[in-house]
Amino acid sequence: MKRMLWKFHGGLHLPGHKTLSNQTPIQAAPLPDFLVFPLRQHIGETAVPVVKVGDKVLKGQVIAKAKGYVSVPVHASSSGTVVAIEARPVPHPSGMFADCIVMQTDGADQWIDLNPVIDYPTLSQSALRNKLREAGIVGLGGAGFPTFIKVNPGSQLPIETLVINGAECEPYITCDDLLMRERSKGIISGIEILQHLVQAKEVLIAIEDNKPEAIRMMQQAASNNTLIRVVPIPTVYPTGGEKQLIRVLTGKEIPSKKLPADIGVICVNPGTAYAIHRAIHHGEPLISRIVTLTGRALTNPGNLETLIGTPVKDLITSAGGETEQIDRLLMGGPMMGIALNTDNIPVIKTTNCLLAAAPDELSTPSTAQPCIRCGDCARACPADLLPQQLYWFARSEEMQQAESYHLFDCIECGCCEAVCPSQIPLVQYYRFAKSDILEAERERLQADKARLRHEAREARVIRLENEHQAKLAEKKARLAKARTSDDSKKDEIAAAIARVKAKKSNQETEP
Amino acid sequence: MRLRTLSSPHLHLNHSVGEVMQKLIIALIPGACALVWFFGVGIIINCVIAIMVAMLTEAVCLLLRQRSITTSLSDGSVLVTAMLLGLALPPTSPWWMTAIGTAFAVLFGKHLYGGLGSNPFNPAMLGYVLLLISFPREMTAWLPPRELASVSLTQFDMAKGIFTGDFGFALDAITSATPLDSYRIQSSLELPETEIYQRSEFGRFGGYGWEWVNFGFLFGGLWLIHQRIIGWQIPFSLLGTLAICSLIANVVEPKLYLDVLTHLFSGATMIAAFFIATDPVTASTTVKGRLIYGASIGLLIFIIRTWGGYPDAVAFAVLLLNMAVPMIDHYTQPRVFGSSREIDE
Repeated sequence: MKRMLWKFHGGLHLPGHKTLSNQTPIQAAPLPDFLVFPLRQHIGETAVPVVKVGDKVLKGQVIAKAKGYVSVPVHASSSGTVVAIEARPVPHPSGMFADCIVMQTDGADQWIDLNPVIDYPTLSQSALRNKLREAGIVGLGGAGFPTFIKVNPGSQLPIETLVINGAECEPYITCDDLLMRERSKGIISGIEILQHLVQAKEVLIAIEDNKPEAIRMMQQAASNNTLIRVVPIPTVYPTGGEKQLIRVLTGKEIPSKKLPADIGVICVNPGTAYAIHRAIHHGEPLISRIVTLTGRALTNPGNLETLIGTPVKDLITSAGGETEQIDRLLMGGPMMGIALNTDNIPVIKTTNCLLAAAPDELSTPSTAQPCIRCGDCARACPADLLPQQLYWFARSEEMQQAESYHLFDCIECGCCEAVCPSQIPLVQYYRFAKSDILEAERERLQADKARLRHEAREARVIRLENEHQAKLAEKKARLAKARTSDDSKKDEIAAAIARVKAKKSNQETEP
Repeated sequence: MRLRTLSSPHLHLNHSVGEVMQKLIIALIPGACALVWFFGVGIIINCVIAIMVAMLTEAVCLLLRQRSITTSLSDGSVLVTAMLLGLALPPTSPWWMTAIGTAFAVLFGKHLYGGLGSNPFNPAMLGYVLLLISFPREMTAWLPPRELASVSLTQFDMAKGIFTGDFGFALDAITSATPLDSYRIQSSLELPETEIYQRSEFGRFGGYGWEWVNFGFLFGGLWLIHQRIIGWQIPFSLLGTLAICSLIANVVEPKLYLDVLTHLFSGATMIAAFFIATDPVTASTTVKGRLIYGASIGLLIFIIRTWGGYPDAVAFAVLLLNMAVPMIDHYTQPRVFGSSREIDE
């Protein structure tokens, strides 16, 4: 029986460019001489180093521990020596530097002792979740949210649907495609662990219909689990967006500013499921991932099983790319990927694709022309926003208006900009407006805090002053009292003296 | 080494303002050819004058505004304005009238508001209305389609007349009522409608000659929808409303009110539906808003044609609705994904 599917508004049919990288099987990337581990690889808190320069570490050893709740440890992805703990360039649109642990590999690639979980259903849910945390597992599809938190539904609604997001809707990227083709059994086994944790009523593996091979392999691997269904979905960008995918599969819309779990859905990437399988059944922490190397500036594109921390430069070289021919180097796909300003940065847990583009491969925006209000952007917007209105508001810095037009429901998918005939950098305008609003919000919170502090201080000063005054008054009163009692004594004394004197004079006058 | 950094997205579908305008002009060709066929070389001369004056005015405005002349001129938007005005003016319009209308359209209709994208009113229609109000006699003098002409005006005479004002005949002698005019006059004489339709200015299903002109614009317009240059909403709702209104009126009182096909295939109906009302800059931008916008223009065209003082009504209807666009847009926001309310006030 064919499952009923829903549609989301807008979206684009983009040229796929997938065959550039999905024609060859996954290959292992060569072991690099140096590995670089940023201490912060995802949303949440930065991990804290537990090794020093000069320490020998083994493959899979924890080199930085989690700090706070939204945090997971970082593991060494090969064996070798820690040579530096310092600021290095990290994958970020701003090209910023951040603290990293740098190690030199020894070529032995020697593992620590691995402790697979023999019979995971016997573990308590929280112990199992903790295993995921210790293995450093985060979402490999998007922002890298720690998986142990995602699969902890807590007191929320029961989970109806576990969605495995194998849509991979961005052009060029094929890492999930290849993973699903070649390691479908492992993915299914990871899904079963996830299912054990969240107890969903059904598990849907969504794959865009431009990946027939992956669909077939996943169907085969899932054939003896009746709960799991593979659902081919139409190829429309951005159907792999969490909100869009859930809409397509269930017809439900995640309310604005809510999470999938709020409507009983959890969405996980197949790569994450595979990493969970490796962590539980093999005891291996998350130290490698599949990275798509693609783009016409590479002579040898494909998918590489890459150690986390491998410098991008090494990968590009091994895929037959020379930096001189690269016009633009993207981490991620062409619609949402970030353009790197250097190849001297490491692969992190969320690096799904490296796109080395030849000079004429990607578009170079020309000078923006005025908006002619054609509405093509609104027609393409998968969030049903009015992009041209948001653009006007962002441009004239009417941030409140932009917010009331649901600026924060924008997922920055880039559809509006891709179709804009005036070539206005719309997404940049939205990012600018968003960060401006968040900055103002931060400042307001800070000002609030400062005001509260100031008010508290004022109150304290007044209270202290009052207490001081009260004390003074009390002292005065006591002194005054003391003085009056002194006076009465004096009076008494004087009276006694007077009496004595009177007596004396009486005695003197009597005789 | 440092690599080039640009903000995502890095893919753009090939599409530009210039291309949009280019396709609009291509789509105007069939209707324009029909106009030239039936009404002569005056149409071409109008368009050429309009284009030249429009480009010149645009260039001067850009120079004064210290904008790049080449990039703005090459977007072709001013060509579309000029073409629409040139096609809308009677083929016997004196050259200076065309020039004044075009210069006004570009200067007051477009650049005083801040150029392309910022004008609230359709520039071509502003120019047209200026001329209609200032020079009503010249603006309502249409030649009959050439097969119906009682006096044959050579193409040379027409060209000469446009530039010198001397057509060799009095203007009134060579022009005649358009089908829309004719019906008003005849029905006020209380002639039976079958007799009116027998008159030579009516063709198979619209005005004689005009039906082919409208057919040409319909064809071009459908191609534009197919090319996704314009949406279907405005033409559909405009023509639909006009058809429904005229159908009802015609069924109730056929003697007084023109039939549906003549409404749709006479005058400026099709060029209005597909080329004028769909001008993205001045039209509503939301889907619902566009339906309301188109329907309101259709309704106004019917009202002004039927009861108003002017034979055709497109320019006024479009300008009136241009004024209403901000309000229409405000009340027709789409529901944002995942939200129950439309716009948080």
